[in-house]
Amino acid sequence: MKRFISALMSAAIFLSAFSMLVSCSDDGAVAKTGEVLYVYNWGEYISNGDDGSLDVNKQFEKETGIQVKYINYSSNEEMYTKIKSGSMTVDVIIPSDYMISQMIAEGMLEKLDFDNIPNADNIDDSFGKPVYDPTGEYSVPYTWGCTAIFYDSTQVDPADIDESSWDLLWNEKYSGKILMFNNQRDAFGVAEAKLGYSLNTENQEELEAAYQELVKQSPLVQGYYGDQIFDKMESGEAVIAPYYNGDLSMLQENNENIKGYIPDAANKFVDALCIPTCCQNKSAAEKYINFMCREDIALANAEAIGYASPISAVVEQLDEELTTDFYYPDEAKLEKCEIFKQLSNETNEFLSKKWEDLLNQVGQ
Amino acid sequence: MKKTSWIAAPFVVWMAIFTVVPLGMVCWYAFTDGSGAFTLENIKTIAVYADYLVDSLVMGAIATALCLLLGYPLAYIMSRASWGAQQTMMLMLMLPQWMNFLLRTYSWMTILENKGLINTFLGNFGIGPFQMINTKGAIILGMVYNFLPYMILPIYSVMEKINGSLFEAAMDLGANKLNTFRRVVLPLSLPGIITGITMVFVPSVSTFVISQMLGGGRNMLIGDVIERLFVGAAPNYNVGAALSLVLMVLILISMAVMKKFDDGEETGGLMM
Repeated sequence: MKRFISALMSAAIFLSAFSMLVSCSDDGAVAKTGEVLYVYNWGEYISNGDDGSLDVNKQFEKETGIQVKYINYSSNEEMYTKIKSGSMTVDVIIPSDYMISQMIAEGMLEKLDFDNIPNADNIDDSFGKPVYDPTGEYSVPYTWGCTAIFYDSTQVDPADIDESSWDLLWNEKYSGKILMFNNQRDAFGVAEAKLGYSLNTENQEELEAAYQELVKQSPLVQGYYGDQIFDKMESGEAVIAPYYNGDLSMLQENNENIKGYIPDAANKFVDALCIPTCCQNKSAAEKYINFMCREDIALANAEAIGYASPISAVVEQLDEELTTDFYYPDEAKLEKCEIFKQLSNETNEFLSKKWEDLLNQVGQ
Repeated sequence: MKKTSWIAAPFVVWMAIFTVVPLGMVCWYAFTDGSGAFTLENIKTIAVYADYLVDSLVMGAIATALCLLLGYPLAYIMSRASWGAQQTMMLMLMLPQWMNFLLRTYSWMTILENKGLINTFLGNFGIGPFQMINTKGAIILGMVYNFLPYMILPIYSVMEKINGSLFEAAMDLGANKLNTFRRVVLPLSLPGIITGITMVFVPSVSTFVISQMLGGGRNMLIGDVIERLFVGAAPNYNVGAALSLVLMVLILISMAVMKKFDDGEETGGLMM
C-alpha cells in the first residue's frame, strides 16, 4: 500500500528508458477522445502490466478513449493536504476509511451517481453503508485488509510467536531487528491494541500509556519507516515488522521466508474509490469507478496487488494462496479488529506532540 | 540599460510568482493564527524545536566543512589539468547527478545496511558487521555525497579563470608553493568558496529525505519537523511557516557573516 519509493524507482527507470518507445507505439491503438482523467492512488496499488498482468489504466484508455493520468501518494494525510490546499486537482482518489469520513465531514467529496456505476452491485452487501460513509453515497470499496505482524521464519523462534498478541514487536531477543511504523496513527494503534484499548481512544490516560509503551519499545527498534519496511524485510535487514497484510504475497515472491499473522485488535481498513469536489470530469470519473468494479478488472487488480477484494465473485476466482485466512480473516478474527475513526483535532495534536517526543528521545 | 530591460520581464514574472508570492504566504501564515488574526504565538512555539534547529545547523556545518575539504583540492587539480582531463573529471562529477536525488539516496541505504554491500563484503573476511545505517554519520555522508558537486563547481569555475602567469609571477618574486597558494590561489578563489559553502549549507540544513532514509526515521532534522507540520496527521501551517521563516533568517544571517568574511579578505588581498 505504501510503497511510494519503490513505485517511484520503477516509474523513474521505466520513464527514462521507455517513455519514448511507449508513446510512439501507443498512438495508433487508442482512439482518443481528448478527455483526460486524473487518478490519484497509493503506490503499487493497481495492476499495472508488470509480470504479464493486465495494465488496467491502459485497458480503460483503450475502451473509453479517455486518457488516464495516474499519480501516486504515500499517505492519506499527504493526499488530503494536497487536495485541501488546492495544489492538486484530481478526479478519482482512493482514501482509507477514517480519511473518507473526515473528507465527507469537510464537504470535500462528491456524492456518486450510482446509476452510472452499475458494477457497484458486484460488491458484497456487507460493505454497504459502512461506518465511515453511513449513507453509502460517497464511496465504493476498492480493497480491504488488516494490519499484521510480518516476520522472518528462519530468524524468529516459533516459541516466541503468539498469534493473538502484538508482543513480538516488544521482544528484547530481537533488539535492533524490529521495525516500526513511521506514521503516528498506525504506531499508536499497535500500542493501543497491545494494551487492549480501543484504536480510537481519546482518553488521555490511555494515550499516555500507549506512548509509554512506544517509549519502552524504542530501544529495540531498528528504524521507523513507511514503505521501506517492505524492502528491509525483503532483504533480511530486519526480521520483525508491522505491516499491511495484502503486501505479504508480493514480499513472499522475493523472500519466501517471510510469514505473517494478524494479532487480535488489529486495524481493519477499507480503501474506497471516491470523487473529490475538485473533480473536473465527473462522468469520466464515474466511468472509471464503474470500470474498476467490473469483475475482470477487479480480478486483475486483486491478483496483482494481493489486497483483499470486496467482490466475492472475484475472491472465488483467485488462487488459493491468495485467499487464506491471512488475507481474508474469518468472522471471529474480524470481530476483534477495529476500523479507524477520525479523531478529534485535540487528540491528533496530542498524538503528534507525543510522537515527536518519542522520535526526539530515540534520536539522542 | 533601459532599452534591454524588457528581456528580464519573464524572469521578473517568474520571480514574482514563485519567489515573492510564496515568501509572502510564508510570512502571512507565520504571523497569523488559524482564524487569520495577527499573533506572535507561532514564533514563540518554535522554542520547542530548538533542539532540532541546533542539530540541523551543526550537521549541515559538518557536511559543508567535509565538502570543502574534499572539494577544494579536487577543484584545484581540475582547474590545473589539461583540457581533456578537465572534461573527463567534469563528466565523472556530473554523471551521478543525472540520476534522481531520491534514488541516489536510496541506494546508499542498501550500501550501508547491516546486510548491505559493505557489511556483506567485510563479513566474508569475518569482520563486522558495523552499524552504519541509521546513524548521524550516515546522514552526513548522504549530505556530502549529494551536495559535493555544488561545492566543487563554483570553486572550479573561479579557479579556472585564474591566469597562469600569476603563478609564474609569484614564483619569480620568490614565493614558494605554499606561499603562492596562500597569497595568490586562496584569496582569488574565495568567492567560489563562499558560493560553494552557501550552496551546500542551505540544502543540507533543510533536507528531510536524507535523514528519513539514512537516519532510520529517528534522527529527525528541522526539515522533517517542517514536513510533518505540513503533511502530517496534525498539520499546523502556521507553526510550520514560522519555523521555515526562522530557518530562512538563520541561513540569511550565516550567509551575511560569510559575506562579511569574504569582503574583508578581498580588501586584504588588494592591499597585498
